[in-house]
Amino acid sequence: MDFLNAIVAFANFVLVPGTAYGAQLALGALGVTLIYGILRFSNFAHGDTMAFGTMYVILITWGFQSLGIGFGPLPTALLALPFGIVLTGLTLVGTDKLVYQFYRQRKVKPVVLVMVSLGVMFIMNGLTRFIIGPDDQRFSDGERFIISARDFKTMTGLDEGLAIKTTQGITLVTAVIVVAFLFWFLNKTRTGKSMRAYSDNEDLALLSGINPERVVLYTWLIVAALATVAGTLYGLDKSFKPFTYFQLLLPIFAAAIVGGLGNPLGAIAGGFVIAFSEVTVTYAFKKVANYALPEALAPDGLAQLMSTDYKFAVSFSILIIVLLFKPTGLFKGQSV
Amino acid sequence: MTRRDSLLFVFVGFLILGTGFAQSWNSALLILNMGLISAIMALGVNLQWGLAGLFNVGVMGFVALGGLATVITSMPANTEEWSVGGVRVIFGLLLGAGTIIAAIMVHQRLPAGRNRVLAMLAVLIGGFFLFRYVFDGGVEAIEAVNPAATGYLGGLGLPILVAWPVGGLLAAGAAWIIGKTALGLRSDYLAIATLGIAEIIIAVMKNEDWLSRGVKNVVGLKRPTGVPYEIDLQNSASFVEKAAGLGFDPATASTIYVKLGYAVLFTIVLLILLWLSQKALNSPWGRMMRAIRDNEVAAEAMGKDVTARHLQVFILGSAICGIAGAMMTTLDGQLTPTSYQPLRYTFLIWVMVIVGGSGNNFGSVLGGFLIWFLWVQVEPMGLALMQLITAGMSDGFWLKQHLIDSAAHMRLLTMGVVLLLVLRFSPRGLIPER
Repeated sequence: MDFLNAIVAFANFVLVPGTAYGAQLALGALGVTLIYGILRFSNFAHGDTMAFGTMYVILITWGFQSLGIGFGPLPTALLALPFGIVLTGLTLVGTDKLVYQFYRQRKVKPVVLVMVSLGVMFIMNGLTRFIIGPDDQRFSDGERFIISARDFKTMTGLDEGLAIKTTQGITLVTAVIVVAFLFWFLNKTRTGKSMRAYSDNEDLALLSGINPERVVLYTWLIVAALATVAGTLYGLDKSFKPFTYFQLLLPIFAAAIVGGLGNPLGAIAGGFVIAFSEVTVTYAFKKVANYALPEALAPDGLAQLMSTDYKFAVSFSILIIVLLFKPTGLFKGQSV
Repeated sequence: MTRRDSLLFVFVGFLILGTGFAQSWNSALLILNMGLISAIMALGVNLQWGLAGLFNVGVMGFVALGGLATVITSMPANTEEWSVGGVRVIFGLLLGAGTIIAAIMVHQRLPAGRNRVLAMLAVLIGGFFLFRYVFDGGVEAIEAVNPAATGYLGGLGLPILVAWPVGGLLAAGAAWIIGKTALGLRSDYLAIATLGIAEIIIAVMKNEDWLSRGVKNVVGLKRPTGVPYEIDLQNSASFVEKAAGLGFDPATASTIYVKLGYAVLFTIVLLILLWLSQKALNSPWGRMMRAIRDNEVAAEAMGKDVTARHLQVFILGSAICGIAGAMMTTLDGQLTPTSYQPLRYTFLIWVMVIVGGSGNNFGSVLGGFLIWFLWVQVEPMGLALMQLITAGMSDGFWLKQHLIDSAAHMRLLTMGVVLLLVLRFSPRGLIPER
């Protein structure tokens, strides 16, 4: 029984939150990796793109809520999500036409594009703060739990409860749908194939008549969808704060690099590797250990490897270790 | 410098003087002092980016290490804290460092294979728990001593001017560790690594209360020799008399006098560093660095050790940022880890370098002053603009209130627009590389 309790406590505090967080990071990392593979630069504005997309979704959600439109037990934000994606897509394509296209045609060095993305990051960050403010915004409504800790306890008779928040369930389901759709698109459709061809070998792709501007356009649209979905899911699960989204840049990049930049499958694996390590290393294992170990061995302290504030250190250390021993990432990525 | 460059400097001088006449001399001197510090930071980044093409987005971390240096060199040592846990903490840190060195040695000595991986893991995991056991006890004891006032080890009690080079050394040490691991990999990886290390340095400074009191801040840092306290000036009869002779009241005169004192010190540091940077730029070493930047393959073919040269310049540039960080904390008189924001301390410095002209030391200095001036003045300008836009709206209208409240966020927006405009229309900056 104690052993079961230990497993449930572990699942409640590590497995479930880690899976949800991993799915959010994976979606973010997919965006970074697609831009890297096709546009060939590290997009520092990605965190703020996520914030920007989420801001659209929040504003539309508020609009729906004031009109009295709801989504039953599910959060209204899911209804607003498609509109948010369209608006973010328009924003990104507009940014590309206004800003990035010029440098792409000049064939500048990738690092100049990174610099340009810094400028875009500043503007997006400023606009987000300007429109919605720098403070925390909560916008989730509907049912809070799929299973609450108390229900779980009465159901199983265990001492430990396993709570699954609705947002965590939605995160996982949405992420699976989005990823399945993305891979179908990349592997089966003509446009998707041309994107992969362009990513693998630009010159050959151009020779076989692929229109680069079209590839770029689709990339931005997909990135907009991924970023908005990732940002909205993260905001529903935790809360929306522009600065937090900016800070997500580090774990997202870590996930993309650990998986191998430019490799979509790697981005997903990387997202979960980073998320689980962060949650595991910063979780206080006292409770689990109390159940799992005999009394004599039970720890006195919290049995926490590192304090929660060092979660950046975790993604960073994993990043460095992978880079030192496997410079192209776990799955083979490309290098510029 | 050409005539056009000098005119640009004169123009920035007029901007600051204009602030003095239009607003107040205190704010003008504040802009000047922070402009001097920003110029030094920009010099450091320019050394890395302009001279060597290294993309460092962890400026904030090095600046913060400089700030930490002021605490650990200039604050008096807290004897009680030292006696209860000082030795234990130091010993714990040595154990931690020893663990990493041991793991590296295992990696180098043993032949590759599963045994090596297992041995390294054993060393790292065992070392980690040993480290935590020794270290945590010491930390607990130290933080329990008088947490409301001290609760940290304190420093060496040296004059605060010593902290400036120490800040450079700390930053150089951190740069050495990052450079050793991330240089030689692809260029973007260095960017991500520096971004990460900066966040970690800030996290350490916020959480390790035994070191610098964490978010409880260290206040009341000493002032450098030559910079008196305002209250002493106001109590000195001769100073009050002189101020009255110039037509100032004693309170204003004393604050201006103190700021001028800082400005003189900062100018001396800036001039020394600028002179050194110019010497480096125009030396054989500087020409080699630029050659490496422009064509790494050719430089390698000529027998240059590219990674070693990159490491060198990365450490030098970071050290300059560390010195500037120590100077800034000295000017503030307190260390507040929560005030370090990446947009302000990393990306703003980058805007300075790009706008001023990467590869040109004078350009970076100019960019430092100009962008700092904009950063300070955009807020009142934004507010005025918003008031103009909303003048026709009725009071209490939600949009009017929202626009006026959000005027503060105009800063980031303006910096982004300035950066993009310069990159597009004048990618070599105001004073281009020659």
